[in-house]
Amino acid sequence: MHNEFLMGNEAIALGALAAGVNVVCGYPGTPSSEVLETVAKRKTDATYVEWSVNEKAAMELAAGAAYSGARALVTMKQVGLNVASDPLMSLEYVGVKGGMVVLVADDPGPISSQTEQDTRTFASFSKVPCFDPSSPEEAYEMIQEAFDFSEKYGTPVFLRPTTRVDHGYASILVKDEDEYYVNTPEGFVKDSSRWVIFPRLSFQNHGKIEARNEELRTTLSEYPRNQVFHKKYVENLPPDRAHRGVAAGGISYAYAKEALASLDKAGDVALLKVATPFPFPEKLALEFLVGLDEVLVLEELDPVIERELTYIVGKYGLNTTIYGKLSHHRPASGENTRDNVLEGLQQFLHLEPTEPKSSLPEPPALPVRPPVLCAGCPHRASFYAVKQAMKGQKAFFAGDIGCYTLGNAQPLDMCDTCLCMGAGVNIAQGIRRVEPDTTVFAFVGDSTFFASAITGVINAVYNQANMTLVLLDNSTTAMTGHQPHPGTGRTMMGEVVEKIDPVKVLEGIGVTEVVCLDPMDLGTAVPEVKRVSALPGVKAIIFQYPCIALFKPTEYCVVDQEACINCRRCIKELGCPALFIEDGRVKIDPGTCTACGLCNQVCPKKCIGGVAR
Amino acid sequence: MTNIVLCGIGGQGTVLASKLLAAAGMQKGYTVQSAETIGMAQRGGSVFSHLRLGGADETVDSPMIALGTADILIGFEPGETVRLLPYLKPDGQVITASRSVMPVTAALTGGSYDGADFIQYLEDNVQNLSVVDTETALAELGNPKVTNVLLLGYAAESGALGLTAKDLKEALKDRLPEKLWEVNFKALDYAKRA
Repeated sequence: MHNEFLMGNEAIALGALAAGVNVVCGYPGTPSSEVLETVAKRKTDATYVEWSVNEKAAMELAAGAAYSGARALVTMKQVGLNVASDPLMSLEYVGVKGGMVVLVADDPGPISSQTEQDTRTFASFSKVPCFDPSSPEEAYEMIQEAFDFSEKYGTPVFLRPTTRVDHGYASILVKDEDEYYVNTPEGFVKDSSRWVIFPRLSFQNHGKIEARNEELRTTLSEYPRNQVFHKKYVENLPPDRAHRGVAAGGISYAYAKEALASLDKAGDVALLKVATPFPFPEKLALEFLVGLDEVLVLEELDPVIERELTYIVGKYGLNTTIYGKLSHHRPASGENTRDNVLEGLQQFLHLEPTEPKSSLPEPPALPVRPPVLCAGCPHRASFYAVKQAMKGQKAFFAGDIGCYTLGNAQPLDMCDTCLCMGAGVNIAQGIRRVEPDTTVFAFVGDSTFFASAITGVINAVYNQANMTLVLLDNSTTAMTGHQPHPGTGRTMMGEVVEKIDPVKVLEGIGVTEVVCLDPMDLGTAVPEVKRVSALPGVKAIIFQYPCIALFKPTEYCVVDQEACINCRRCIKELGCPALFIEDGRVKIDPGTCTACGLCNQVCPKKCIGGVAR
Repeated sequence: MTNIVLCGIGGQGTVLASKLLAAAGMQKGYTVQSAETIGMAQRGGSVFSHLRLGGADETVDSPMIALGTADILIGFEPGETVRLLPYLKPDGQVITASRSVMPVTAALTGGSYDGADFIQYLEDNVQNLSVVDTETALAELGNPKVTNVLLLGYAAESGALGLTAKDLKEALKDRLPEKLWEVNFKALDYAKRA
């Protein structure tokens, strides 16, 4: 054993390796991506790792590995689970042989997601058992236990950390490589009565799964990470005092524990920690509830624990009142914080709120800093080229998931819709069916194109749509931290492979006009966009320019203040974060500028030039 | 327990600064937990990092710091320092960069954004304040990218970190390529001559 300072996601990866994981696959998505990246960095020779083309592919690959007796880990963010839900729903009915952990990172807030969906709820829907770690340290241990559990019960299991556990850091005692469990897969054993899902098998297994999950409500009550603290029953409590308890899971448990420890008068408050929200540890929860008058539930996203406790209270005819999201005592949406948990506990325990430690006067208006496309980002140029080409025309711009969603901000304003991975291609077709006089564009990044936009293009060609696909090809998966994908020619196993060429893909589908353009050359790009988008049928423009974050710029731009007429067209047209106004003049921040020169292309005086760093 | 809050704008090196402090803290035997902004906000948005260093007999339950309990607040941009000031305990230490970074939203509307207002606000409301003249320092150091390490030097010098510049140098060696050591060491030591 040795001590390491690890991000929660790194701890999960090392935990999986310590559990002898054989196959790891997934699709990037904040806050889950570092798990697979760490496996790739720290794995032994016996472990296979890949970024799959999307979450569905990853889930199916992991299932195949687990059918063969391998220990498999599949990683994704919560919305990725929607993509992978088709195989997972059926997989629970079929089951696995080797341990299979489905790592799904939830994102309360949400901080970088489309939804605040709760994988604990997905667990009860899919009937897949779910482990919910409350800290990076616990996540390290829990994933090892989850593999054992999965193998014991022949079911895939969820591990669902949330952002604060994924991206929290802690110093953790971890196993050395020679202490790792070694799993030697038996190989796939043919048995069509087991591995082929038919209605009859589904019927039989459905019954078994329900029985198992009911049994687990008792068994998991013995799981040491589900625990009751400070439960003591005081006889003849004065009438002004009640027997109170707090129930929590995940990071909210850590907040609750710390907040309770800070309150002197909270000594006799019982605390229930829920580590397996599904199946819920009913027996333990019942022991916790008996004798309590009031319970406050602290959890994020869905009221999962609150519903379970309310159910148990009803089932056993207890006299306990449960407070939480359903009773409007806790916020329905957003993250819990140290402070709002403390506040909630003080209200619940009828304690005075903590005196504000400092009383600061109102500060000057704080700057608003929404995330923006980086200085030098090629997406800015691509959006600008299309915007210029469509000036004065009725046009629709479908956005999609990636850095380029930030094209929605002023002054570009080039993202009219954004729904989910790959949706833009089909949304554009839908808009055009209703508004035939609108020129429709669908913007999609290269990784998203391979993940889930290709079927949309096939749909468009087959159904004779009229639209322009704009592929923003920056040769990486930029938003989630620059992961390779099928178009990059690199794999997570370190191989250099043939790149899958989107031009050939599009031509193969039957897109007849496929044009590759350099977005930084506005003079060529703008007329080409005009020409291509006016053609009938499905057309594609591929803007090729690598992500600026992958290069160290060698120059930066300066404004020739003598020549500058202070029209500020550069700022108003582009919204580049390197451009700012100081003492009434346009300046360029040398630390941010990458000398892409786009601003000079829009400058009427052409008075912006690059100088060497 | 030492509670440290770092803040700045995506791209200023807040995450690296937090990791350096954590690594230095671990070498000294502290139990360390931290949490930070990762993802979309890194693209020029406001970012923060909470870092907690616990002594040998202290446990750290969660990586997040409650309002009014930070021992030290290190801000790489004056507006961001003010944004996170509510985390500071009453007699806590503030180290802030003087140089403001205009948000794109302000540049677009032609609006003014003046860091001086925020420096004034900090001077009026913080007892233990150290404003680092980042513009001068970075010009002298000849590298516009070392704001983070420069401010860590001041933080170490203030004594509120429980870590010294020497501790940070050791941590830095493990985190950065050798060619970047010299300029970062200079940035760390800048506080001593100031």
